[in-house]
Amino acid sequence: MSIEVIRPGINTTFQDRGRSNLYHLGIPFSGAMDTRNLLITNKLVGNDKNDAVIEFALQGPKFKVKQNNINCVVTGNVSFTFKKNSKIYNGECYKTFDLNNNDEIDIISTNNSMYGYFSISGGFKIEKKWNSYSTHLTSKVGPNKGNKIVENDILQLNKNVKPIIKKSIDYSNSKIEFIRVIKGTNFDYFSKESQKSFFESQYQVTNLTDRMGMRLDGKKLNNIKSENIKSEGLIKGVIQVPPDGKPIIMLSDHGTIGGYPKIGVIISADYDKIVQLPPMSKIKFKMIDVKSAEKLFKLYSMETKNILDQI
Amino acid sequence: MIKNISNLGDAAIYCDFGSEVNREINHEVIKYFKTLTSKNIKGVTNLAPSYNKLIVTFDLDVINYKELVEKIINLKLDEISETASKRKKIPICIDEEFALDIERVSKNTNLTIKEVYKHILNKDFYCYMTGFVAGMPFLGDTNKNIRLKRLETPRVKVPKGSVGITEQFCNIYTYESPGGWNIIGNTPVKVFDKNKEENPILIKPGDSVQFYEITKNEFYKIKE
Repeated sequence: MSIEVIRPGINTTFQDRGRSNLYHLGIPFSGAMDTRNLLITNKLVGNDKNDAVIEFALQGPKFKVKQNNINCVVTGNVSFTFKKNSKIYNGECYKTFDLNNNDEIDIISTNNSMYGYFSISGGFKIEKKWNSYSTHLTSKVGPNKGNKIVENDILQLNKNVKPIIKKSIDYSNSKIEFIRVIKGTNFDYFSKESQKSFFESQYQVTNLTDRMGMRLDGKKLNNIKSENIKSEGLIKGVIQVPPDGKPIIMLSDHGTIGGYPKIGVIISADYDKIVQLPPMSKIKFKMIDVKSAEKLFKLYSMETKNILDQI
Repeated sequence: MIKNISNLGDAAIYCDFGSEVNREINHEVIKYFKTLTSKNIKGVTNLAPSYNKLIVTFDLDVINYKELVEKIINLKLDEISETASKRKKIPICIDEEFALDIERVSKNTNLTIKEVYKHILNKDFYCYMTGFVAGMPFLGDTNKNIRLKRLETPRVKVPKGSVGITEQFCNIYTYESPGGWNIIGNTPVKVFDKNKEENPILIKPGDSVQFYEITKNEFYKIKE
């Protein structure tokens, strides 16, 4: 009971909802970058919300199935094909399909987005490390010895004990005009002009973006107080500004300590959206307060629940 | 005492204990960290203690900023017994193969290599925090005469086990990683061991650390 990796794709890893309570050792949350799509994926194939899925970035993996009656799904904004009895079909995201021994699935690419997800009913036969199936590449913690999935890996599957039910949902990943941000703890380090231009000008996602962070290009932010602060903790969503004045957004696999001033923090409700922005995307930030961010998170949570309830 | 509490985004609390870096302030941070760990407040998802800050992250589905701030302000602190902090002796090899920056350190401090190591070996350092990468300890304070800035161009790869100095601090690279500290030696011991499920880090915040010199032969023997 397994699937064989013919092509690994880019940054293909096992992820779940993340690993908590280890910041003090230097281990971040990790976990699926896009939590909502992780939850949808698990629900579609009938797995538990805490089960692991396979996450890929830009180019996805190609697998050969070594087992009959496999029920799987791809989510995100993703183009893929599958080969069944030597015939090739175009795949549809958010709709489960079944494959048999020697069939193949070829996840070609994500479209105008970064991350896509794949899973199978019954899930993968992997072990938890510190209460999580997430892979953290920097510390080599997680399934597959904390490494990326590579060519010729054989991924073992759990026996699916539940009846297979075909499921699908009509879901499109929404684009948003603004990424909403709460002022950071060092907001007053920046000149009045830079404070203004941070929210008024447009930033562009550069090629230097991965699970650890996202470097932006755009108007240089002038620090008028101090370019370094004493190193302190970081969290995902923090926007740090190094001496070159170009913001870096900390993402799920970030280093846990940093010494650059924090100009802002992405609100929780918008995290799934910002991580999906591929290089060259344009971003505009909008400042909001904690109260509004909490309301927006309630809405986001309710919306996620509604989507999951429809499955 | 916490000097100021504010929000860091919508799902984290930023406890500021001051701007200086010293043991007294850090001891307070660790006290809060340990108390919060033992209290296990519902909704708290992570704690990031550092020199003089403590960041507490939480699950917005369970608790919010206002509710959690209230709990932190009213926290009854656990006393940390002095015995909870341990003394650790860490072997390092200072052979030129490992001491990648010792010549520059010697030049920039106007000290002989021997004098530089006098300030490193068999001196007590205090562990303020661990992190950046898993298990990396931030130790201090080094003698005023050996305080240098980071390298102007950081190394793309600092070898695992490297011992580095910068400003008043000293650290150990627990993984091969990019970095800009001045490397003056290497330790063969596993400072972070993910296979130790319960206790993966050798040096914890609050511990005191002493480096002692070993030969290259001893280095490779321990490494095995």
